[in-house]
Amino acid sequence: MAGFLDALLLQAGYNAALVAIGAALLGFAAGTAGTFLFLRKRALVSDAVAHATLPGVGLAFIVMVSLGGEGRSLAGLLLGSALSAFAGLWLVEWIARATRLSEDAAIGAVLSVFFGLGVVLLTVIQSLDRGRQAGLEDFLLGSTAGMLLQDALIIAGGGAAVVAVIWALRRPMTLVAFDPGYAAAIGIDTRRVDLAMMALVMAVTVIGLKLVGLILIVALLIIPAVTARFWTDRVERVLWTAGLLGAAAGYVGAALSASAPDMPTGPIIVLIAAGLFALSLLCAPRRGVLAAILARRRFQARVHRRQGLLALTRAEPIHDPVTLRILRREGLIRADGVATDKGRAQAAKIARDERRWDIAREVHQDTSLTGRYDGLTPIEEVFAPDEIADFDARLGPPQPVGG
Amino acid sequence: MGAEFVQFSLTPILIGTLAAIACALPGNFLILRRQALIGDAISHVVLPGIVVAFLLTGTVAALPMLLGAGAAALLAVVLIEAIRRVGRIEPGAAMGVVFTALFAGGVLLLEQSDTSRVHLDVEHALMGNLETLIWLRAGEGWASLADPVALAHLPPELPRMAVAAALIAALTVIFWRPLKLSTFDEGFARAIGLPVSAIGLGLVITAAVAAVAAFDAVGSIIVIAMFICPPAAARLMTNSLARQVWLSVGFATLSAVLGYVLAGYGPLWLGYANAVSAAGMIATVSGVILGVACLIGPHRRRVGVAAGA
Amino acid sequence: MTAETLTLAASGGTATPAGLDPSSPLAVRGLTVSYGEKPALFSVDATFPAGAMSAIVGPNGAGKSTFLKAALGLIPAVSGEVRIFGAPLAASRDRIAYVPQRASIDWDFPTTVIDVVLMGRYRKLGLLRRVSKAERATALDALARVGMEGFAERQIGQLSGGQQQRVFLARALAQEADLYLLDEPFAGVDAATEKAIIEVLKSLKEQGKSVIAVHHDLSTVAAYFDHVFLVNVRAMGEGPVARAFTPEALAQTYGGRLAATQLAELALTTG
Repeated sequence: MAGFLDALLLQAGYNAALVAIGAALLGFAAGTAGTFLFLRKRALVSDAVAHATLPGVGLAFIVMVSLGGEGRSLAGLLLGSALSAFAGLWLVEWIARATRLSEDAAIGAVLSVFFGLGVVLLTVIQSLDRGRQAGLEDFLLGSTAGMLLQDALIIAGGGAAVVAVIWALRRPMTLVAFDPGYAAAIGIDTRRVDLAMMALVMAVTVIGLKLVGLILIVALLIIPAVTARFWTDRVERVLWTAGLLGAAAGYVGAALSASAPDMPTGPIIVLIAAGLFALSLLCAPRRGVLAAILARRRFQARVHRRQGLLALTRAEPIHDPVTLRILRREGLIRADGVATDKGRAQAAKIARDERRWDIAREVHQDTSLTGRYDGLTPIEEVFAPDEIADFDARLGPPQPVGG
Repeated sequence: MGAEFVQFSLTPILIGTLAAIACALPGNFLILRRQALIGDAISHVVLPGIVVAFLLTGTVAALPMLLGAGAAALLAVVLIEAIRRVGRIEPGAAMGVVFTALFAGGVLLLEQSDTSRVHLDVEHALMGNLETLIWLRAGEGWASLADPVALAHLPPELPRMAVAAALIAALTVIFWRPLKLSTFDEGFARAIGLPVSAIGLGLVITAAVAAVAAFDAVGSIIVIAMFICPPAAARLMTNSLARQVWLSVGFATLSAVLGYVLAGYGPLWLGYANAVSAAGMIATVSGVILGVACLIGPHRRRVGVAAGA
Repeated sequence: MTAETLTLAASGGTATPAGLDPSSPLAVRGLTVSYGEKPALFSVDATFPAGAMSAIVGPNGAGKSTFLKAALGLIPAVSGEVRIFGAPLAASRDRIAYVPQRASIDWDFPTTVIDVVLMGRYRKLGLLRRVSKAERATALDALARVGMEGFAERQIGQLSGGQQQRVFLARALAQEADLYLLDEPFAGVDAATEKAIIEVLKSLKEQGKSVIAVHHDLSTVAAYFDHVFLVNVRAMGEGPVARAFTPEALAQTYGGRLAATQLAELALTTG
């Protein structure tokens, strides 16, 4: 626990502090770049990109070794992974464009085949003299154990660079994510913004390889964006909320992992992000599970109440048990099904509103108003008081309820 | 092709082929339903299912593993649907949230628990251990196939995978019509009273059974690759669903056999001493087949997209 | 409810069926369907006559297709009752044939025209029974009735929009039902196909079948249909075309979406 607190307060050594800051920056970049993908409905493209890095890592190692190098240079490995990630991305787009296969099939094919090829290369590397200690398996699930200062600097520097690019592109990015048509109309080259975003996604993936690992980096791109979507409907807020959520998950996860060095870092970071997501799924206002259940019940009650009152206006018997229960509970009918005074008054009001709507449709030859009739919205919300008074004048005086 | 082949290559090739076929069959329908990535999601959540089953029972026996993985797949599907509906999140993103979170949980549990005495780790889960499923007792070569003692020592994965593949093939034949109709025209299928949602769930569960049975022997790479690559390649070769399914079985078999042979013997032919990963090579071969189909498949291009689309 | 029956002079105005007519091929009461919190249909009552051609008419977004889908149980209703020939839906599946909207399906699916038509026989075929000569003949006959006999082995993706619609109609014919429900059968089809489809529907009516179609072309309502049901979230009117398809009813249903001149023209055609 003390170790965790130290790491959280950046007191667990220079490397660990750099890694934690790098993870926070990376999480921020992943959250924002991922939001863009999510809003463009291409979240899982990043899964193909991430898995496609593996053969690049293997090839880069083999090339560096055969050139007489040591093979473990993180910069070299990341360069290789970026090249093969790009090839994977290009293939996904080509398959979806040039053949009848849909994008999801292309994503699945590219991610499994590239990953398979990468595994073949890993076994080749294991059979090399110098390959045994390569530690390339760390790229699958991420690891901060035994990280060199140089590696930590690459992660922190790379994370900072990606965040800077996102900051510079924030306006065209939000515009294109929100409304590509409008963005194009005001002169933004949406194709280039899309490309820039895919490049950022690739950068996040590559930088995150050592830290989160290629199997789970996709989580850091998707989960914060989806989580943020639960809390707000505004694009800009989703973007920055996702960034902050990603940063929090990255920072806390890296700190936790620094205090328990034998744990793969990726799963810890992902589980923290997933925990924040689960909380949002349950408790978010409007979109959360609890809010949705309550809203659904309220809505059903409104429909039944109104339908019951309509039946009362027409003197029809009510059979639906839910309708009966709701009317009874609100004191609109008695236990034996007969309308109370209150029920009769409300039924009269509803009948009157229906007649007002009939008049409204004659008076307002205007779809934007008459199209708003949905049986539930009170007429007072659609028309101004003087308009309603006008309908009433045409209707004649209120008619007493017989009985 | 003597005794050595029967001892060291026959059973892995058979197991790999059966696993490939078991995955490719439901893969055909997943692809046509634009649900190809459900296969990806399922093969990821198999890991946490197995880990939890192991932690609960303390064994790596087949049945608890299968049940655990099946339960995890079902949980994942329910969660994906719930997030999609309640949160109004697009299916791809909902999938991405669920399978990565469950997979991360599985890895963490695995690292936290003591699994050193059993053969259970992440790399095994990803890459399988096809190469180790050998039939040492088959010292008599092909004659061992008639030797009850030798047959009793077949790797248990072989009969298990055979049963799973046979079950999935039978389900595909029996439910061919409902599957085809509900995939093609869901509204009409509902209108004639087919339980469309149950059929969809049944398909996903079947895919999960294939993934779980195959995963133990061959790892999740082959599972994902076989869900997608052979059916996708087959789709580009024909415009008949029945022919597509047969072709996908053919491509799956070809990938498994050729992949295993290339992995085992390829390096030797090139003058290296060590074999490479068979699972990885099988996935690679299936990708090459798909690549060829994408370039020259007679029905590779889209035609007659519905009006307005 | 007898002693203190509530009668309101200011009642809502639409038809008030006392019960659901068992002779009607399709009768609904109190049907409310909602996408999210916005009802697409609110408390709709309707009764369609047997042995007649009926049109469901209303502006875009008025819930026409939703009505058909909810009546078939394809989408869940918040409340309401549906009766097919007086029986609940589950007991009536064999008596209903359905032609969905053409755009609702994936025409890239790997299958042939005859396969699609045979799908109309799936309820009779069950899971494993082989397609007999007689079943195949039924399907080919259905194709011939829509003028597509030469296209049986054609890939569905290669068909024109009108041909796709004919194939869908042939599949419905192969169902050999008593009630035919069609969702916008004339949307985006050529004139020849429209004529062919209406001929088939009229021949169905002559055989005593009931036809109900979602229809968007007001100028052909009077020529094609006997009965009309006007809907715009609420039921706005129903009855024989001559009586219910009036300029006043249309003005109510469509609000400002129809110009006065259009209404006058329609009045002439209904004349």
